[in-house]
Amino acid sequence: MTKTELTAGPEATERAGAELARTLAPGDVVLVSGDLGAGKTTFVRGALRSLGVEGPITSPTFVVGHMHEGASGPLSHLDLYRLAGMSGEDPGLLDPFFADDAIVFVEWPEQATDAFPAERVKHRVRLSHTGGDGRRIEVDP
Amino acid sequence: MILAIETSCDDTCAAVVTRTGEIRSNVVSSQGVHSRFGGVVPEWASRHHLELVNPVVDQAMEGVDWEEIELVAVTQGPGLVGALLVGVATAKGLAAARRLPLAAVNHLQGHVAANFLGGFEPPFVCLVASGGHTFLARVEDHVGYETLGQTLDDAAGEAFDKGARLLGLGYPGGPALSKLAASGDSTAFKFPIAAKVAGLDFSFAGLKTALLYKVRDLGEAETERLKADLAASYEHAIVEALMLRVERALEAEHEPRLAIGGGVAANRLLRERAQSLGVPVHVPPHALCTDNAAMIASAARHVEPTPYPHYLALDAYATKRAA
Repeated sequence: MTKTELTAGPEATERAGAELARTLAPGDVVLVSGDLGAGKTTFVRGALRSLGVEGPITSPTFVVGHMHEGASGPLSHLDLYRLAGMSGEDPGLLDPFFADDAIVFVEWPEQATDAFPAERVKHRVRLSHTGGDGRRIEVDP
Repeated sequence: MILAIETSCDDTCAAVVTRTGEIRSNVVSSQGVHSRFGGVVPEWASRHHLELVNPVVDQAMEGVDWEEIELVAVTQGPGLVGALLVGVATAKGLAAARRLPLAAVNHLQGHVAANFLGGFEPPFVCLVASGGHTFLARVEDHVGYETLGQTLDDAAGEAFDKGARLLGLGYPGGPALSKLAASGDSTAFKFPIAAKVAGLDFSFAGLKTALLYKVRDLGEAETERLKADLAASYEHAIVEALMLRVERALEAEHEPRLAIGGGVAANRLLRERAQSLGVPVHVPPHALCTDNAAMIASAARHVEPTPYPHYLALDAYATKRAA
């Protein structure tokens, strides 16, 4: 079942991320898709905040991933954009981000579908523009 | 002399620098950036570092006698652990084989220390702006810095790259966007510089979104026609956003002096704007602004080295740590 929500601005997108975060348990992976500027990092920021991350939550695009310490365990924030064509590369490269008890958010998951453990995926989130600052957020399941 | 190795991100780097800061070699492997998909760099993977690290070290050591090396330095973090580990393991191996001490260096301190190689000495305010990092630091000595502000979302180099993607330019986005901007009117469009973000923190996500909306509103044909103006206005906004915080930071200084590091320091507009501040400004040569090992060696001159064999358990770290 797909749950759809419309948000009017970045604050509402952060709140949607925070709401989703409440359903997560250690080990869960959340895939976050959407075009450039669709609000993926904003959504993940809301989720990470609600999981206890203090301080700046910045875009991981260039460094591929950030690790944070949450209130109840490790949190990882990945961006696979730069990993397109990674198939055949060292599969263990991202292991530190996928510790067994880590909750992991993955932006641009479609760029490297073999870079994350599919069996741990709890939700697939899609963000899209609806005009102005509006965004449509679809969460599956 | 110091042999330094840096593998925190895409490039495999090695350098030999003397104790007094004279660069004997500074090798960066860029085996051609794969621009397959708007800035994708597959060879960043640890396997590629592994293939490149020995040839790169050999090249850095050309004309240098191993007997002259008294210290091995390596970037310990922050960065990708898998990539960092290649450098750390190589440095440990090279040092241990010769019973040399090892200095573990913070990558961000390296960007600050690049300025020491040009004889620019503390105290100064340092702007570090690259693809992965953007922060302002107050540097009072050679061993660390105080973070005055940092980006709350995207890094400045990332803003360049993503803007270039929105305008359909090639990779690397920063140089492509700047090149186009040179023939455009920077006053044609007014883009936000996050003036409302108080203090010395940066924010570039709103700017990126503003360009996205502008491109969408203009449509494909108009965007194409006004591309140079869009690029010039966008570049202007990034530079002004950076300089607004720099000016705020310098205002608090008794004797304001500015140093700049990171790949964005190559930007011509930023250099010009900084030079016009009316304070002493130091911008290292391009090769010392982008990721390199000479800056790691520079920082290592002021790090307490770990004697053999106590560094054998040294590990890399991924996340940002105070230098």
